[in-house]
Amino acid sequence: MNRSHSRAASCRLFSSVAAFTLAALAAGQAAAADELNALVWCDHTDPALIEPFEKANDVKVNLKEYEGTGAGLSILEQSQPGDWDVMVVDAVDVHRVIDMGLLGEMPADALPTADLFPELRMEENNTKDGKTYAVTEKFGYNTISFDKTKVDPKDMEDLSVIWSDKYKGRIALYDYYLPMIGLVQLGLGKKTADLSDADMPAIEEKLSAMKTVSKQVSDVVSSQTALATGEVDILVGGGEWITASLAKDKPDLDWIVPKQGAMRWAQSIGVMKDSKKPDLALKFVQYILSPEGQARLATSSCYWGMPTNQKAGEHLADEQKKALRWDDQPAYLKNTQLYPIPTAELDQKMQDAWTNMMQQ
Amino acid sequence: MTTATLEQSERRKAWALVAPALLWTVAFFVIPFLYMAAMSLWSRQGRDILRVWNLDNYARFFSESALLRGLTNSLEITLTVTVLSVLLAYPLAWIIAERVPKRWQRMALILAILPFWTSYVVRSYSWLLLLSKGGVINQALLGIGLISEPLEIASNRTATVIGFVHFFVMLLTLTIYSNLIQLSPNYRRAAADLGANAFQTFWHVILPLTLPGVMTGAFLTFVLCIGDYITPQILGGNNELVLPQIIMLQIGRRADFPMAAALSIILMLAVTAAYVLCARWLKIERA
Repeated sequence: MNRSHSRAASCRLFSSVAAFTLAALAAGQAAAADELNALVWCDHTDPALIEPFEKANDVKVNLKEYEGTGAGLSILEQSQPGDWDVMVVDAVDVHRVIDMGLLGEMPADALPTADLFPELRMEENNTKDGKTYAVTEKFGYNTISFDKTKVDPKDMEDLSVIWSDKYKGRIALYDYYLPMIGLVQLGLGKKTADLSDADMPAIEEKLSAMKTVSKQVSDVVSSQTALATGEVDILVGGGEWITASLAKDKPDLDWIVPKQGAMRWAQSIGVMKDSKKPDLALKFVQYILSPEGQARLATSSCYWGMPTNQKAGEHLADEQKKALRWDDQPAYLKNTQLYPIPTAELDQKMQDAWTNMMQQ
Repeated sequence: MTTATLEQSERRKAWALVAPALLWTVAFFVIPFLYMAAMSLWSRQGRDILRVWNLDNYARFFSESALLRGLTNSLEITLTVTVLSVLLAYPLAWIIAERVPKRWQRMALILAILPFWTSYVVRSYSWLLLLSKGGVINQALLGIGLISEPLEIASNRTATVIGFVHFFVMLLTLTIYSNLIQLSPNYRRAAADLGANAFQTFWHVILPLTLPGVMTGAFLTFVLCIGDYITPQILGGNNELVLPQIIMLQIGRRADFPMAAALSIILMLAVTAAYVLCARWLKIERA
């Protein structure tokens, strides 16, 4: 064993103890026959989603929530192989996790791929060398959310509104550079898949203009609060995941896919390669992908989003489908693009451009 | 038992008493700090971390204005908050210690620190709601006709400073109050006997004697404020970034821990500089 391995082993020992303690605390008083450790986004922490699986399988699901692929990967790096059984990850980052050797292969025939919206099967993201490592579980749009009583909805049909002076001081920008830079790329009439170093100067110019006309750059909760309280009238980067859960209380909040298109976000779920319970982990993935699980995930208390399984519609109330714009999905899917998938170098340039924008 | 044996025994007891705190500090501060310092000399190359010592991260910090601006923003906000908090907390502590009857002082202190009992995050979001265009403050000012347009006091530096000052006034009130009540009334009597008026007594006697409490509170305010991520993130509207926000940005998506470590070391150096300044200043006053 060389020094770096020894060091890594020591780190793993410490982190395993910590992970074990956390898992034990999370388990609380429950006396389930088995346990499953899942690294997830906040929408999976809704008891209405998790409890039916726990009861049906007599298992305790220990959930660890994270934000940002980098933060998720650092948790995995500090854990011992086998600590985690399931991971939810940004669909555009699945290959990043596969390349680190962290995700295990799932039997394709065990997944309801045929029931998914065709655009959300995303084989190029979820598979490698013909093997399936993840499956898309939820999706939605980063586009323009607005208060239709305070702005002209027609103005929202053109993406150039995000850098125009017309609504100066009444705009919030969602604080995640990947979809926001993607939206700018679309506004410039280009495809996100083609985004390269050469596009960055024009993008930076537009980001600067967007900052000038905006009121704030904010995370999910602050953005939602700003839109709901009238602090801003437009949220660039918002979508159904911001407005759907507010539909009852704030019926004036709306969102639109502009003519140039919008960004499509998607999250995937996979089984960890070193999971000690791969069968149970696969069962969990199957539950999340089932029509019932999908309906619960779509309307999770943390944020709403479209289920990828088309059969989930049978388990959603009409009001819920209306808030999710179920019937408009074919048109939206046609006119939206996935986040850009930058190289590490381009990723840094994009982050630097975003930092510069906020500090201007 | 000889004197030497007694001393040895006392020394062993002293070490035994200190050992738990020392071990805790070494395990959870010294070792992680050294690891972080070493990591700050590594660098992110593509998706990998290059474990070769270099100063690239520090060079990048001093060459990129957006990063450097994070430090200046942090220092400006922290100094503003510290000064404002001291100016507001001193009179409050003075009133509680000197003007409020003894039997009501405990109640007055509890009322002063009552906001401590709520969650820090909840308190920050509450401020956001209060300061927003449709919030209580703007609505009240509009209602009584003092302003015709809502004030822009949310999602900017003003909001961040208000949120911080609200929190740190409570902390400083406690440290200054504890200093004030320890002062013997004989100091004031002696000053009066020597012909000093109330202001002269305060300026030449009370204030210098309470400076240790003020400086302790001010230093704590500086340390807690400059390292805070939540308040600027919720109340600042990301219209300018402070250093902790830039540190989080390095980790969130790209997991650039070496750069985040370098920025954390720079943050620690700022705190160390503040400590050196405070400690030195206090020493001069005591002399």
